[in-house]
Amino acid sequence: MLAPAEGGLLDLLESSQRPCVLLKVPRKQGKLTLLCDAKTDGSFLVHHFLSFYLKANCKVCFVALIQSFSHYNIVGQKLGVSLTTARERGQLVFLEGLKSSVDVFFRSQEEPHPLQFLREANTGNLQPLFEFVREALKPGDNAEAAWRCPVLLVDDLSVLLSLGVGAVAVLDFIHYCRATVCCELKGNIVTLVHDSGDAEDEENDVLLNGLSHQSHLILRAEGLATGFCRDVHGQLRILWRRPSQLTAQRDRSLTYQYKIQDKSVSFFAKGMSPAVL
Amino acid sequence: MPRPFHLEGAEQLSVTPSESVRRGAERELEMLESLLALGGLVLLRDSVEWEGRSLLKALIKKSAACGEQVHILGCEVSEEEFREGFDSHVNSRLVYHDLFRDPLNWSKTGEALPEGPLGALRAMCRRTNPGPVTIALDSLSWLLLHLPCTTLCQTLHALSHQDSCPGNSTPVEPVHVLGLLHEELHGPGPVGALSSLAQAEVTLSGAMGQASAHILYRRPRQRPTHQTQWFSILPDFSLDLQRGPPLELQRHPDPHTPPVDPTTQLTFNLHLSKEEKEAKDSLTLPFQFSSEKQQALLRPGPSQATSRIFYEPDAYDDLDQEDPDDDLDV
Repeated sequence: MLAPAEGGLLDLLESSQRPCVLLKVPRKQGKLTLLCDAKTDGSFLVHHFLSFYLKANCKVCFVALIQSFSHYNIVGQKLGVSLTTARERGQLVFLEGLKSSVDVFFRSQEEPHPLQFLREANTGNLQPLFEFVREALKPGDNAEAAWRCPVLLVDDLSVLLSLGVGAVAVLDFIHYCRATVCCELKGNIVTLVHDSGDAEDEENDVLLNGLSHQSHLILRAEGLATGFCRDVHGQLRILWRRPSQLTAQRDRSLTYQYKIQDKSVSFFAKGMSPAVL
Repeated sequence: MPRPFHLEGAEQLSVTPSESVRRGAERELEMLESLLALGGLVLLRDSVEWEGRSLLKALIKKSAACGEQVHILGCEVSEEEFREGFDSHVNSRLVYHDLFRDPLNWSKTGEALPEGPLGALRAMCRRTNPGPVTIALDSLSWLLLHLPCTTLCQTLHALSHQDSCPGNSTPVEPVHVLGLLHEELHGPGPVGALSSLAQAEVTLSGAMGQASAHILYRRPRQRPTHQTQWFSILPDFSLDLQRGPPLELQRHPDPHTPPVDPTTQLTFNLHLSKEEKEAKDSLTLPFQFSSEKQQALLRPGPSQATSRIFYEPDAYDDLDQEDPDDDLDV
């Protein structure tokens, strides 16, 4: 398989001729994609998947715990989608973690809030958050039949560990989301986790490894080993797991380098950046 | 009574093609059969890169083909996904206990297994039919994350030793318990505890896209034995054994590229001419103790005359014939 000299993420994953290529929405559904980043910022992948699924007319539930709505909106506009419009017409259900976390403290306790765990002294489970997701993505009446498969996007899960939720609780949350969104509703899940690398964060390692075992596709953005470079921002490792059709040829892992531009990301084979050729 | 198995290492064997097919089929039978031969726990340790569920399914298919009923405690994948790839004969012998859809009873619809994971596991200890049974736990990692390690180990021990129940009058066939464990999720303590319960431990790894299984057998009253087997799993979950690591790992010279001679373009001479070689070979080293030298030392001959010193004094040398040590009172 020859890598394209330059191409977008979509071309990259499609040209690999795998039977389980994820991003062609009508073909493969019910998959969990894990995005992880190590020594770099992998949020460009989140923006890509968000704009991709919105353009593909899918119903998206976005649990955004890191940035504000306007941040994603601005980046989304560069990529060609308007989150405001999508939210208004019901295609996008957006949980803005930064804003609604404050609401948790000003609501009465009887009303369940998705971020209820912030109030609890000993970290409970993420069941309220799961209920929120299930409610958001459940197939409604005919007005919503226009949307394609449901998609859950989470940015990101590592921050939940920082907020005091245990790794097993986060794994249980994703487990339930998988059971509902992937298996029952035949939708997809995309979630971002940070790799702490040398920081020896055991909880994060359990979360990352546990999620890796549950995932069908792992996209890992890594900084270059040699440090910062102006023309090559990092390298992307793609690992396909749990292929539905086992092939004798186990060529399941690919590595590309990338450069983030204003409105797109270009990928190229290692060492083949146009800047260094 | 388990028959003795012929264990092979990963050495290269030179066999004829037809013989290799026969031996391959024998080895396939040996690997899966030897894993299933003893009762007790077979621990499959996998990692993110080398997943073990396909090997677990291959073992389940083998058990079902041998006529056993297979109970699966499924925690990580849905029943539909687990049954995928099995033919109808195998599927009819599988009983899937679903802990995937609602393991923690969040939906409160009453569909979940009533006593939770531990109850489901303990329920498997109580068997009604005395026929041979295989129990597959997919996965032990999930159970280990949700149950205390000690409870899990005790329940596993009870599960794999059902034939030794005191109140049981009828002899019962040994239970095969297959457990899938994701190594990276747990510390060395729990993994070690589970490993000590296992009769056989399979650690999955690989290289260059080829999977390998390192198998440790702990047969009772015998020394633990190791075996490494390279394999791949076909779409119908039968095992295809390979003879060794993939070709890129072996040190075979590539016949297409000619070997490069590094001595061709040097500025100095590395070669010896014929005369130089002869001179070099006939040279005796100064400190080499040859037999001639030995004879010469043993036989003090006339050539061994006392050595003589020739001394010519300088102009300002003071030659004194007296012995300077004479006045010493020694």
